[in-house]
Amino acid sequence: MLEIEIDGKKLTVPGGSTVMDAANSIGVHIPHFCYHKKLSIAANCRMCLVQVEKAPKPLPACATPVTDGMKVFTHSDQAVTAQKGVMEFLLINHPLDCPICDQGGECQLQDLAVGYGQSGSDYAEEKRVVANKDLGPLISTDMTRCIHCSRCVRFTEEIAGFQELGMANRGEFTEVMPFIGKTVNSEISGNVIDLCPVGALTSKPFRYTARTWELSRRKSVGAHDGLGSNLIVQVKNNKVMRVLPLENEAINECWLSDRDRYSYEALNSQERLTKPMIKQGGVWQEADWQTALEYVANGLKQVVAEHGKDSVAAVASANSTVEELFTLRKLMAGLGVEAVQAFARNADFSVKTQGAKWLGQSLEELSQNEAVLIVGSTVRKEQPLLAQRLRQAVKKGMALSLVNVHGDDLLTKLAGEVIVRPDQLLEGLLQVVKAVVELKSVAAPAGIDLANVVVSDAARAIANSFEGKAKAAVLLGNIAQTSARYAEIYAAAAALAALTGAKLGVPAVAANSVGAELIGADLGGNVFAAAKKAYVFVGVEPEFDAHNGSQALAAAKQAEMVVVMSAFQSCAMDYADVLLPISPFTETSGTFVNMEGKAQSFNGVVRPLGETRPAWKVFRVLGNVLGFNGFDYNSSEEIRDEALAGDTAARLNNTLTSAVAVSAKSAQGLVRLGEVPVYQGDAIVRRAPSLQATADAALATTVRLNAATIAKLGLVDGGKAIVKQGQGSAELTVKLDAGLLDDVVRVATSHPLTRDLGEMVGAVEVLKG
Amino acid sequence: MSTNNLTTHNLLSAESLAQIDREVAKYPADQARSAVMGALRIAQVEKRYLTNDMIEFIANYLGIAPMMAYEVATFYNMYDMKPVGKHKLTVCTNLPCALSGGYTTANYLKQKLGIDFNETTADGKFTLKEGECMGACGYAPVMLVNNHSMCNHMTPEAIDKKLAELE
Amino acid sequence: MTVYVKGVVFENVNFEDPNCWRLEEYVKRGGYAALKKIINDKITQDDIIADMKTSGLRGRGGAGFPTGLKWSFMPRSFPGQKYLVCNTDEGEPGTFKDLDIMVYNPHALIEGMIIGGYAMGITVGYNYIHGEVFEAYQRFEEALEEARAAGFLGDNILGSDFCFQLHGHHGYGAYICGEETALLESLEGKKGQPRFKPPFPASYGLYGKPTTINNTETFASVPYIIREGGQKFLELGKPNNGGTKLFSVSGHVNRPGNYEIPLGTPFSELLEMCGGMRDGKKLKAVIPGGSSAPVLPADVMMQCTMDYDSIAKAGSMLGSGAVIVMDETVCMVSALERLSYFYHEESCGQCTPCREGTGWLYRVVHRIANGEGRPEDLDLLSRVGDNIAGRTICALGDAAVFPVRGMLKHFRHEFEDLINKAQKAKGL
Ligand SMILES: Cc1cc2nc3c(=O)[nH]c(=O)nc-3n(C[C@H](O)[C@H](O)[C@H](O)COP(=O)(O)O)c2cc1C
Ligand code: SF4
Ligand code: FES
Repeated sequence: MLEIEIDGKKLTVPGGSTVMDAANSIGVHIPHFCYHKKLSIAANCRMCLVQVEKAPKPLPACATPVTDGMKVFTHSDQAVTAQKGVMEFLLINHPLDCPICDQGGECQLQDLAVGYGQSGSDYAEEKRVVANKDLGPLISTDMTRCIHCSRCVRFTEEIAGFQELGMANRGEFTEVMPFIGKTVNSEISGNVIDLCPVGALTSKPFRYTARTWELSRRKSVGAHDGLGSNLIVQVKNNKVMRVLPLENEAINECWLSDRDRYSYEALNSQERLTKPMIKQGGVWQEADWQTALEYVANGLKQVVAEHGKDSVAAVASANSTVEELFTLRKLMAGLGVEAVQAFARNADFSVKTQGAKWLGQSLEELSQNEAVLIVGSTVRKEQPLLAQRLRQAVKKGMALSLVNVHGDDLLTKLAGEVIVRPDQLLEGLLQVVKAVVELKSVAAPAGIDLANVVVSDAARAIANSFEGKAKAAVLLGNIAQTSARYAEIYAAAAALAALTGAKLGVPAVAANSVGAELIGADLGGNVFAAAKKAYVFVGVEPEFDAHNGSQALAAAKQAEMVVVMSAFQSCAMDYADVLLPISPFTETSGTFVNMEGKAQSFNGVVRPLGETRPAWKVFRVLGNVLGFNGFDYNSSEEIRDEALAGDTAARLNNTLTSAVAVSAKSAQGLVRLGEVPVYQGDAIVRRAPSLQATADAALATTVRLNAATIAKLGLVDGGKAIVKQGQGSAELTVKLDAGLLDDVVRVATSHPLTRDLGEMVGAVEVLKG
Repeated sequence: MSTNNLTTHNLLSAESLAQIDREVAKYPADQARSAVMGALRIAQVEKRYLTNDMIEFIANYLGIAPMMAYEVATFYNMYDMKPVGKHKLTVCTNLPCALSGGYTTANYLKQKLGIDFNETTADGKFTLKEGECMGACGYAPVMLVNNHSMCNHMTPEAIDKKLAELE
Repeated sequence: MTVYVKGVVFENVNFEDPNCWRLEEYVKRGGYAALKKIINDKITQDDIIADMKTSGLRGRGGAGFPTGLKWSFMPRSFPGQKYLVCNTDEGEPGTFKDLDIMVYNPHALIEGMIIGGYAMGITVGYNYIHGEVFEAYQRFEEALEEARAAGFLGDNILGSDFCFQLHGHHGYGAYICGEETALLESLEGKKGQPRFKPPFPASYGLYGKPTTINNTETFASVPYIIREGGQKFLELGKPNNGGTKLFSVSGHVNRPGNYEIPLGTPFSELLEMCGGMRDGKKLKAVIPGGSSAPVLPADVMMQCTMDYDSIAKAGSMLGSGAVIVMDETVCMVSALERLSYFYHEESCGQCTPCREGTGWLYRVVHRIANGEGRPEDLDLLSRVGDNIAGRTICALGDAAVFPVRGMLKHFRHEFEDLINKAQKAKGL
């Protein structure tokens, strides 16, 4: 510890601290632009110059290491003169367009200029004008305002992992830009907007729609992945105008994925369902809630009476709140219906664990692992901020490796990567298991047959990366979780974890996957395999949200009664019998349990649109209409307390209840690799126009194959191909993907273009289009 | 850190690629980025100027982000990002050269070629550039031909002779 | 045109001989004897560094930092890779000495670097060579081949277990890469943007590893020191200013060129060696240490001796030893305009005061030179300069301000005259 003095205040700080760290620790504010606690030190803006005793000239607080006995003056004449000098330089070429600048009101330059700027300027020369850049559909530029702090550039390189932005040219002519002809395509790109201290980078969808001081700030929680990012939702006139990260170091740090940042656009879309509707004689008619609910109650009661309780299934999105899933389940129980399924994207429901599956550790603990293996995941797109967290951990020494079905770049250093066909994910994992068994000279784990497994060098590298590591984890990604051989993969991963002393973790796919399991909203298996007489869909579109979209759609179409509860009117029109408008996460209070098992409750940030009602209230009324007991809730908190009563942490447990026999098989022929594209995961993101305009969204309209497979099939990169699976087919653009193995056909699921295809992984045919 | 979509066709001759490989070999195995300046120079010698495609090709060849190579190509003066004439003539006009006739040389060239700085003759033969100190002030006035060949004491007579030599 | 007078770097070099740079000729002049002595007599690292300290050799790149002291900073027992870097990015206007070393005597530099590597326990070195002198880069690469073939460079040098690899790195036109940390960034394949110090290269240098950087002339002086002893080198010059130094004389003299003379030689003698003023004109002013050094008027300069202390006392700096001589015909406003343009053009652009301030300085000087000056401009220049100097990451900011200060101090009247004329022309 070093003893120092700042502005006369004595304090002690750990060695290695900078003057800025020290000042922050006692709440002394030193003006700055380029400094950011999550980025490398650039010391280029020079705004943080302070006086240090015995130093001949002012020193930048952000970069100057503290030495013992140092005396710092942040507001002395020398310091303030230096700071004012820098401010003058920053302003000479900065436009005076605050009145039309989106950053107005939250501009660090504006704020500081008030304190440090002069009223007039001695600069009599012409001001610099810088051409704007096209960064894609999410970020808008006003490059003349740029003050060259380089935060955005450092973000792309250090946090996002790939330097998409750079500072071209030199000196005064330096310009921030992406590579010519490229946009910024990172899945966490929007953070540069928050980082930009001036109005050079602003939100494109938000542009000119409101002034920041007109917006109220409300807290919420991210509803599109399992991380549980904390949000600030900014609201004007009962409308969500913008979403920003709310800093929570334990979860999203100060970042936000683009998905969580821009999905709100869908909430204001024309497609919103605002009134209950009933289809009578094939014609849709608006109805009042009372009528609609009686129709639903009677209909369901009747189907159960006629066809039995197994003839009805409820399918909910795992982005539904604890309160929604709990009241849904209770309602169905009242009807005698067991099948309440929030995991319709899964194919294999035979994994039985002693508790709800979860990350197996906190996010912070995950970062501290020395070795982590991820099995079957497009990590950056599934969990953008988890990928970011792992990237930082790798820089601190974590050995990260993958057993995967494609070679997508995680934009970080890997200790090992085994790439297999999507129908061989288990076999890829077994290679690592066998490599560990051989390395440790131990017997194969019980129930796991390793006889036919051939170990690759990559698998050995992964095995080695676990050696001698006290803290380690094995994680099962979305591709593993939705595999038809999930149980075997799970058992192999559990065995690997046991062999290496690692924790087994299941990063939750959706905002409330863990909550759904805690509540037991995972019953009924594949509810579309044998079609039901009646379905209740809560926040799901079966053709997009089920493992096999065409199978689910067919099941919905043949049902006698389909109740769709949704925030959107589109899509379900052809198979639903009744449409009930329910609140998206911004219009209801509720709770999500994130992947680390943390329950986060939030309030609605705006009033429900039109006659929209929170789903839990709908179930409450339905419960009462049906005359069930226990539906007299006064608030969502009451429901939550009942749903999550007791020690929920103790109910998180990834241990298998019984052994699973695991054995390797071989596979051949063309095989589909079906993944959920980053902006197709749920009904909200599918309707967010700016996200749909991104390069990632465009990628979802392609069929990706490696060069050898393209050649073998007589296709051309950029040309058309017809992909056939089962009864369905899809015409897509061919795109070269050097990271795939031979015969792998990478085609999105959950996408309108591929709706007619079958299961995520399975045999396909590909013809020239 | 390489992108998945490596450019598969070569934009450079085998000879240039071999030269680039020699540059790469000078640096530690995980520091191929160090060779980017040399690689851009070699590409420019072959193609006379750098296109964006070329910059991307080189970035991919070295396994770095295209923007990293672009930053380098636009930071250093001697890379040409636009087409230049067959012979690029750079005249130093910095103070030491100016004291010994740097501007006289530059003006003579301008008049003789009928172009200003940063322009190219209509026949595409010559491009004229103003240079900063070339570290050869004692030989002033100095002129650099095609980045790599330094000409000393460029009096008008010497210029006439040099221009006649340049085909 | 290089003129060797009396010194160590060009000792016995016959500039007329086109092969004078070759290894064979270098060895005939006593080259690689120092290296052989070290290896054969198993001279210790400590002894070499002690000798370097005795020699009083100060860095020839501009800052004049004692070389022996710098070498002693290198963590000798550091377990990982360390690097030795030579700075041949000679770009300071007026300086052209390193070019001649590369062209006429590259093995002196190579031998100096090998000895440096030995003394500091470094096995890999790079020589960063100024972009515009490609021929020097090619010659260096050729000289390296010769040294490797002769067993002076590479693995197991002269049969010992000492290994040293050396490579040339060619710059491509950026003055700022002469600044040592910008040079390191550039060597790493990035833009040449200086790093904030601390950490210094000795602890965090090339690829984040401990690194020692010296100027070409500094390294080229090493073989002599080791061969003849530090004391002998010291005595060539004067205390605190050991040895001889190359002065690059440019401008209005009859024989511009490089003069290697003992530190402490009177400027008047140097001027005579150069054949005096061109066309018999009168000396008006001298920039004694490269364009970043403040200008000194003739009378002050004529009192100076050519060494670090004397020039500093006169209010300027010896810098890289580039002596820019200006006669009575020179308009100081125009001279400053050209220099200010240079710093504006060469600012790397990362830090605010330099990026914004150098352009501002240039534009004001440009206005004055073009008859559009305003009475308040001279105060403005001082104020802007004060807001740049000492506030930047590297010394380019200072380098841009010193010429302005020097000119305003000694030749303010020329600026005022132009401004007054401009005012009159406007009828003010
Ligand atoms: C703007 C700037 C330009 C410089 N240019 C050079 C140069 O061209 N050559 C050089 O040797 N040193 C140059 N230096 C000095 C180097 O930073 C460094 O001090 C020197 O290379 C150290 O070597 P020495 O101790 O042998 O002098 C420059 C410094 C600055 C601030
Ligand atoms: S002083 Fe100028 S050259 Fe040096 S780092 Fe700052 S901007 Fe770059
Ligand atoms: S915050 Fe320290 S220099 Fe920018």
